[in-house]
Order: sequence, then C-alpha cells, then structure tokens
Amino acid sequence: MGVKYKIAILSFLFLLAVAGLVLFFYSHSAVMLNPQGFVSLHERNLMIIAVLLMSLVVLPVFILTFVIAWKYREGNSKAKYNPGLVRLPIYEVLWWSFPFAIVAALGVITWISTHALNPYKPLQMQSAAPSITVQAVALDWKWLFIYPQQGIASLNFLEFPVNTQVAFKITSDAPMNSLWIPQLGGQLYGMPGMSTQLHLIAQRPGNYMGMSSNFSGEGFAGMQFTAKAVSSSEFTSWVNTIKNSSSTVLNVAEYEALAKPSQNNPISYYSSVVPNLYNWIVMKYMTPVSSSSTSAGTGTATSTSTST
Amino acid sequence: MMSFIFGKLTLSAFEQSPTILAAVSFMGLVGLVVIILLTKHKRWGWLWREWLTTLDHKKIGMMYLVIALIMFFRGGVEALLMRGQQSISVGASTGFLSANHFDQLFSSHGVDMIFFVAMPLIFALFNLIIPLQIGSRDVAFPFLNAMSFWFFAAGAMVFNMSLILGHFAATGWVAYPPLSELAYSPGVGVDYWIWALQLAGVGTLLAGINFLVTIIKMRCPGMTLMKMPLFIWTALATNVMVVFAFPILTATLGLLFLDRFFGMHFFTAGFGGNAMMYVNLFWSWGHPEVYILIMPIFGIFSEVVATFSKKRLFGYASMVYATAAITLLSFTVWLHHFFTMGGGADLNAFFGIATMLIAVPTGVKIFNWIFTMYQGRVRFTLPMYWFFGFIATFTLGGVAGVMMAIPGIDYELHNSLFLVAHFHTMLIGGVMFGLFSGLYYWFPKYTGFKLSEAVGKWSFWCWLIGFFLAFGPLYILGFMGATRRLYHYSASTGWQPLFIVAGIGSLIIAAGFILQIAQMFISYRDRKKNIDLTGGDPWDARTLEWSIPSPVPEYNFAIIPEVHDRDPFWDAKQKGVMATAGRAYEDISVPKNTSIPILMGGLAFVFGFAIVWHIIWLVVAALLGGVTLLAWRLSSVDTERVIPASEVERMDSELRQKIAA
Amino acid sequence: MKDDKTVFGFWIFLMSDAIIFGALFATYAILHGNTFGGPGGKVLFDMPFAFAETIILLASTFTVGLAVMAVNSAKVKKALAWFAVTFVLGATFVTLEIGEFSRFIASGNGPQRSGFLSSYFALVGMHGLHVTLGLLWMVFIMIQVSRRGINKFNLSNLNSLGLFWHFLDIIWIFIFTIVYLMGAIGI
Repeated sequence: MGVKYKIAILSFLFLLAVAGLVLFFYSHSAVMLNPQGFVSLHERNLMIIAVLLMSLVVLPVFILTFVIAWKYREGNSKAKYNPGLVRLPIYEVLWWSFPFAIVAALGVITWISTHALNPYKPLQMQSAAPSITVQAVALDWKWLFIYPQQGIASLNFLEFPVNTQVAFKITSDAPMNSLWIPQLGGQLYGMPGMSTQLHLIAQRPGNYMGMSSNFSGEGFAGMQFTAKAVSSSEFTSWVNTIKNSSSTVLNVAEYEALAKPSQNNPISYYSSVVPNLYNWIVMKYMTPVSSSSTSAGTGTATSTSTST
Repeated sequence: MMSFIFGKLTLSAFEQSPTILAAVSFMGLVGLVVIILLTKHKRWGWLWREWLTTLDHKKIGMMYLVIALIMFFRGGVEALLMRGQQSISVGASTGFLSANHFDQLFSSHGVDMIFFVAMPLIFALFNLIIPLQIGSRDVAFPFLNAMSFWFFAAGAMVFNMSLILGHFAATGWVAYPPLSELAYSPGVGVDYWIWALQLAGVGTLLAGINFLVTIIKMRCPGMTLMKMPLFIWTALATNVMVVFAFPILTATLGLLFLDRFFGMHFFTAGFGGNAMMYVNLFWSWGHPEVYILIMPIFGIFSEVVATFSKKRLFGYASMVYATAAITLLSFTVWLHHFFTMGGGADLNAFFGIATMLIAVPTGVKIFNWIFTMYQGRVRFTLPMYWFFGFIATFTLGGVAGVMMAIPGIDYELHNSLFLVAHFHTMLIGGVMFGLFSGLYYWFPKYTGFKLSEAVGKWSFWCWLIGFFLAFGPLYILGFMGATRRLYHYSASTGWQPLFIVAGIGSLIIAAGFILQIAQMFISYRDRKKNIDLTGGDPWDARTLEWSIPSPVPEYNFAIIPEVHDRDPFWDAKQKGVMATAGRAYEDISVPKNTSIPILMGGLAFVFGFAIVWHIIWLVVAALLGGVTLLAWRLSSVDTERVIPASEVERMDSELRQKIAA
Repeated sequence: MKDDKTVFGFWIFLMSDAIIFGALFATYAILHGNTFGGPGGKVLFDMPFAFAETIILLASTFTVGLAVMAVNSAKVKKALAWFAVTFVLGATFVTLEIGEFSRFIASGNGPQRSGFLSSYFALVGMHGLHVTLGLLWMVFIMIQVSRRGINKFNLSNLNSLGLFWHFLDIIWIFIFTIVYLMGAIGI
C-alpha cells in the first residue's frame, strides 16, 4: 500500500518539476514574460506579485491536504482519531481572515494598478515621451491603421517610433475584435459605432507580434500583423516613402471596397487618406444621416462629429 | 409554396463535410443497433412504460445521466478534432478542417460541454440524491420534473439536428453580436444555437423552481435548515442561482431571436442597437452559471470527505455562510468577462475586487475539508482520489482565476489560451472531477454494487496526467501570445510543439474516459463480486439516503424518518436506534405514469426545429399541440396511484429479508 | 399541503418572470434614447390613451380580486361572473394595445425602425403576451369551474391565476411610469 502512494506522490512531484522546467525553457519565447514596453513590464510585474501573494495561501493548502490525508489514513493506527473535532472557532476565524487579508492586499494593488494601467490614460513615465496617434480599424478580416498626423494608412502592418507613446483609437467596421500586441501591453476591444482608446509604448526597437484576439469569423486566424518599432528617423523616412509612392489614395469609395470581407490580405499602404475617415467609420453606425451611399461619390468623408 | 411548406429548408441543407458525415453515420449506426436490440428483446413496451413515461425522480435522474454520457462523447470527439487540427495546422499546412468547420467545432464543444454534459449531470444528481437526503418520497412537482427533463432533451435534440441538417453556429459559444447577427451570420447556425439553449434553459429553469420548492417544503420532520446535509445547502444555493439567472438568458436569447427573425435592433451594429448590452446580459447569466456548475461540487465533496474520514464535516456553519456568500457574490462579478471593453478604471477595479472576494469563501471550504480529515480515519477510495485530484487542479485554476481578476493582468491574458486553460481547469479539474467523485460515491445506491476500484484508479491517473499534459501547455501558450479559436497559425510563432503535447494530453484523457466506460462493463460483469453486502450502506456513511435499501424502492422511504441531528444515519447507527423506529407504515401515493411530458418534449423539438428553419405553419401547429396537451393535463384528476400500507409493509420486509440473507 | 407547495412554487415562478421583465426594462432603459433618427416617445405616445389602458387594467385587477374571494368562499356563480368581467376588461386592454401597435407600425414606426422602438415593442409586447396567456388560462378555468365546481384540483390553479393577474398589473404600473410617463416628459 504505502509504496504505491509514495510512487504516486513522487510521480506527481516529478510532473510538477517537468512543468517548471518547460516553463523555464519557454520563458524566453513567452513574449509576455519578456516585456518590451512600459505597460507590458508593469503588467508582467503585477502577475508575479499576484502569484507570490497567493502562494502564501495556496502552498499551505496544497501541502496540508496531502500531509493530513496521509497522516490520518485509515491504516495508520498511531494517528489520533477524534470524531468529535468538528469546530475550532479560532482556526475558522483564521482561515476566514487570512485569505481575506491576502485579498485585501491584492485589492489595494488592484485598485492602484487598474488606475495606473487604465488603457485610456496617456502613459505616465518618468521622462515625458513624445506621442503619435494611430487609428486602428478592424475589418473583415484585416487591420487598417490610419496615421492622421502623417496622413497615410497601412494595412496589416504597423510601424511607429521607439520610445514614443502610441495613442490608439480603435473601432471596428466588422464584428467585435480586440487589438493586442502582447510584448507591448494589454489589449482593447474594437466595436462598430464605438471608439475605444489604448496607449502603448515600445522601449526597444523590434518586430512585435500583433493580432486580433477576439474571434470575429471565418478569416479571424489571418488577422495578424507585425508591429515594428524603429528609430524616429527611420519612421520619418518610412512615412515619406509611402507619401511619395504612387500607392492608392484612401477615399470613401476605396475604403468601401477594402471593407468587403477578404482573407489574408498582403501588407499594403495608402499615400494619403481623406480627412476624418475614422470618424466617418464610427459615426455611420450612430446616425442614419451619413449612410455609406450618400458620401461615396463626393470622395470626401462627411462627419457629423469629432471623436467620441 | 415550397417555401411555405419547408421554410428555409432545402436539399442543400443535407450537404455535410466528411467528418460530420462520419460522425452522423456512426451515431446512426449506434442508434440502429439500439433499435434492433430493443425489437429483438421485445423491450419497446418496457422502455415506454418504465422509462419514457415515468414521473419517478430516480428514473428521470438516470435518463439525464444517459443523455449526458452521449453528449460527453460528442463533446470529447470535438475536443480531439480541435487538438488534432491545432497540432498540424501550421505554416503551409492548413490541417484537415476548414476554418468554418473549426469555428463550428469550438462553438458546439462549448455549448455541448456546459449545457448538455455538466448541467444534466448536475440535475441528474439533484434528481437522484435530493429527495433521498431530505427524507422525502418525491420532488415537489413530479410532473413538472418530467417536463423539465423532456424540454432539456428537446434542446439536446435540436442541438444534434445541426449535424444532420444545415450547420451549427460559427460564432463561439457566447455568440457575441454583431457577429451573431443576421448581417454576419446569415445561416441557420445561430438559430440552432438560440433554440437549443432556449429549450434546455427553460427546462433548467423549471427544474430549478421544482428543486427549490422541494428543499424548502419537503424535508422530513426534524430536518431544520441548519440540520440539512451540506449537499442540500449547495443544491439550494444552486437552484436559487438558477431561478435568478436563467430568466436573464431566456430574455437575452429572445431578444437576439427578435433581431434575427423580425429584423429588430437590440444588438445590431447601427440602427440604435447596442452589442455591449448583449455582452452584459449574457454574462449576468453566464457568471452565476459558472457557480451553478461548481456549487454542487462543493456539496459533493462535503459529503465524500466527511464519509471517508469517518468524521462529521468540520465547520458546518462556516460552510453554510461560505455557500451563501458565494451565491450572493456570483451576481456581482459578471463584468470581469470584459475588462477589455473599455470600461472605466473605477468600474473595472470594483468588479476585479468583487471577483477576488469569492476566493475567500472558496478557500474557507477547502480549509474545512482539510480539517475534516484532520484526526479522522481517511480511506483512499475512488471518490477520495477525485477529491485529491480536485485539490491539485482547482487551487491552480484558482490562482489563474484571481490573476485574471486583476484588470491590469487581464488586459494581457484575456482571450488568450491562458484563459482557455484557466476555465478548463475549473470545469474539468473542478466540475468534472467533482461529478465523478459524486457518481462513484452514489453509484452503489442505485445499483446495489460498487464500481471496480482498480480500473477506476487507472482511469483517474489517465485523467489527471492527461489533464496536466493537455492544459499545462495552454497556460504557456497563453504567455506566448497565442489567442483562442485559431484554426491556423504561422510557424514562426514556435507554438507547434506545445500544441502537439496538448494533443497527446487530450488523447490520454480520452483513454481515461474509455477506461471509465470499460469500468462500468467490468463492474457490471463482476457485479456479484462487487455486491454491496450491507444492502444499502457500503461506505459506512452518514446521511439518510444510505439508510434505505439499494437499489432504492419506488417510494424511497417505507416510513418517513424523523431526524434530530446532522448526519442522522450516522447518529442512528451510533445510538443503535433507526430514525424510523416506532413509526407505523402508511398508505403511499405515487404519481401515475403519463405520456404528456414526452409528447410535450416532442412538440418542443418540432417547435425548435421549425422555427430554426422558419417553417411557420409547423411552429403554430406545435404551439397549438402544446396548449392542448397542457389543458389535457390540467383537466385530468386521476393522476396518483396509492400503495396501501399493508403492501408497503410486505415489500419493505421482503427487501430487508433479502438484505439479511 | 399540496396547495401550499403549488402556490409557493408559483410565487417563485413569478419571481423568475419578474427577472425576465427586469431584463427587458434594463434593455429599454439603455436603448430608449437610440432613436436613430426616428421618433422618440415624446412624439409617439398618446398619454390619455395609455392612461385609459391603465384604468382598465387596474379595474380588472380589482375584479379578479373579487373573483378569487368568491372562489375562496365557494360561491361558484359569483366567481364565474367576476371572472367574466375580468375577461372583458383584459380583452379590451389587449385590443387597445394591439390598436396602438398597429397605429405605430402603419406610420412606419414599427419595431424595426430603431433600437428604441425594438425595446418598446419587446417590453410592452411581452406584457401584452402575458395578459393574452392569462386570458386563455382564465377561459380554461372558467370552463372547468362551471363543469366541475371548485375542487381541490383547481383551487390552487384559481389562486395562482389571481396572483398572476396582480403581478401583470404591477408590471404595467412600471411600464406606465417608465415608458409612458417618463417618455412623454422626455426623460
């Protein structure tokens, strides 16, 4: 009997060790444990703090369960048998209050960190970083990134300067999607008729994996893009190359053709974008006035309102 | 004319992909074998009289089990197909499933496992155990109980019809609009989803009302609220949640149906619809639903651990308060399913902290179980194995859950495979392990023999090891930025090895399931060897259900017991005085069989099928039929059969002699 | 004992039904401003009309109360008479409501017009559907009582119907206040 249980416990510990090793082995490729930006760094640290705090309760529970079960097994006649022990008020107070204390600590951390990491809030770093705005539009099934300050747009590709805050405005002209660049920080939903916000920064240049993380239909698996952080001079030259290229102008007619469902679209660029296109995309779900057919011929987007 | 008769149904609805065709043919084959066997052994009349028209809560409970088992098979095959697809669909290879088929698979897998496996297993146990544990001969409304079951069965049938005609929703089991709206999902898939859930949900709601009344009004003399077994407390809490939460689902599904059928604008993009409202409504049902699934498990372990530690449950009162606290809190946390929808920091932080608070009463329960074992006599039986497996997995899942309750962390982990791993830890390691524990524990009560422990332990290890192999990699994949619901990914992600490990893990779980089926056959073959010699109390247990013979007679209790303490049967055994001592036999009235519930279920199925395909005349016909049947039932007077006291006495003494022999 | 259970069970059913209405009220509260260029409540609602509907339904809840009292003192004919009055009042209410709905639809303001109108039709229509089902139930019970009198089988049924009718009246008070009154003053 005893040997069998020991084997069982040992094999379980062995499994845990294997799991730990695998986790260690993968930690370099686990993008989330390897953050490249202010936001993701804080979110990673938050994970570690939370796990450590919870271990204070979880580890004792884990050990106690198996130790007590083993000690008071039926075959062990040396252990005390006391069927009358069904209440110990002090202990019960202890295990109401101890987890509560941990949750209280976590609660304080939650309150502070949720406000600090609020995706709507511009980043508060020690040194004020410059900022650019990107309007992200989730389409069936591709990402359109509009750079309103630069007047260009790109499809399924995002380039931005390193150490510069990227202020995203996110909407969808398709089902709900979620913009996620794990190595830079958390995600936010994009929904039709809504404009949400997300602030991220890359502190090291590189190519980061970006995607939609909220299932949006048949072509969802192809809604991946590369988020490329480069030096500001490289970014400027990238913008200028697109501006001076003969690539298409993104007007309403062009946009509506693009918005039709398509899968695995290649990366492409638009040398100019009609002003207020993003607002028009959001507003067409809000009011019946600027319905898609009315303004298509004029080539300029009408907008009843600025950002929401 | 054709569209009047057939609605949207055309011949092309029969076109199915090869994998589905294979599955359907297999199911058809199994069905055919069953039909042949029934005919050969002339068992049709028996099936109709003894099972399909019964109002006996015990038989209804067993029918829930049968459906859950069949649906578990379906859900498991779906899981294996998805694991297979994700193991090979990398880079140039797109695997063996199309994107659309994969999307249908994860949608139906979720619906199947939650609605048609976990829920019926829980209601099976409620049916089998609640009346026995509270010393009652029946549930409050036996007819309504059968109706609940047949509505649920109709929902399961509508759900399975999508394999044969048309297709299922490809929207994920949550069916968020606008993806689930007509504009983006024009086919019948979402309609199948709506009506499968709606019918099963109505069945659940009716069953919830029934068990709530049963627990409040039908307890035997002396069983005050604070003397109820803890399983009854958790069942009470579960049914309170059902009664409060399921109407929200009913309303939400109704609104989505109105959007799709009449072109209304509750959740549409544009025209003044609001998709975020759907997400809120869905999860204000959906989060209590999670606790509807896990709460009975807490009750099961409270019974199992006490019995196999030969000790009364430790900290009973704090267990009750913890149960009540979880019930209340379960309605205050739904927003944590969408921290990433752009809610303000105050809102997110509030719901995050409310979510974490649930960890406190849950932790209390675990501590109380540990101290039930403390200074007890712990027997390492099969139900206890599942308890230890539960502790190993559930604590892990709990840590992952509290992590994601912190919005700052959830922004990163939401929609990732980390999330998928978390809730599978809770649903497999928590709900399924708990249900297995309960099923193994109560199995002898209904059959008179125990299940083979040796095979059972093999299957346990398969499940446990398979579980860690299948879901451990998903936690890591989440950290690697893998999102859920991907039918294909690029090779540069480096995810493939972990997906392959997860696939192997799922095969080991499948082996565990096959071993469980084998265990049932082996135990049945060797039933003489495994027979419960005590005649009703194989585990030396504590509560009333073990005081009556196994298998349980139709009337449950020949004499209604009177209890004075918690664990009344243990109490009686200690004192040597049975709870029924000195009380006379009496006439017992039991409900007569009726074919109305199964006919109602049939009409509910026809209604669901017809409305999915927009066959309006059939919808109207089914509704009229339902009204007629209801009126028929309400005007029938002769619904009960009386077993005279002398007959009860004769049957009871016969049973007791058989046990003594 | 059995009736005790049935009525208690029916209370719980009503509670769950109230939650369905709660969900529809919440939907209305969120969508009532989403007119998408269409008319709002201020333009559409005819207050004297809604007030008339309210009075009729209030009267019917009074008469159903009298009917249930007659049932409980075993006065069959009196009970049937009051049920008949209640039925006429309830049927009038439903007719008025259908009239209002068809006027809205005829003027192009059907439930497909906007989120606001969808939620209006769903909430008020759900109540109307309940009243209609209550009327069917009432016909059934009146036939039963007139054929068999009042017995232990239909007594709890009769009491439950009374409860159901009062419940619908309370729901209507909320609809009248939240939809019509607040809509008319444009909140």
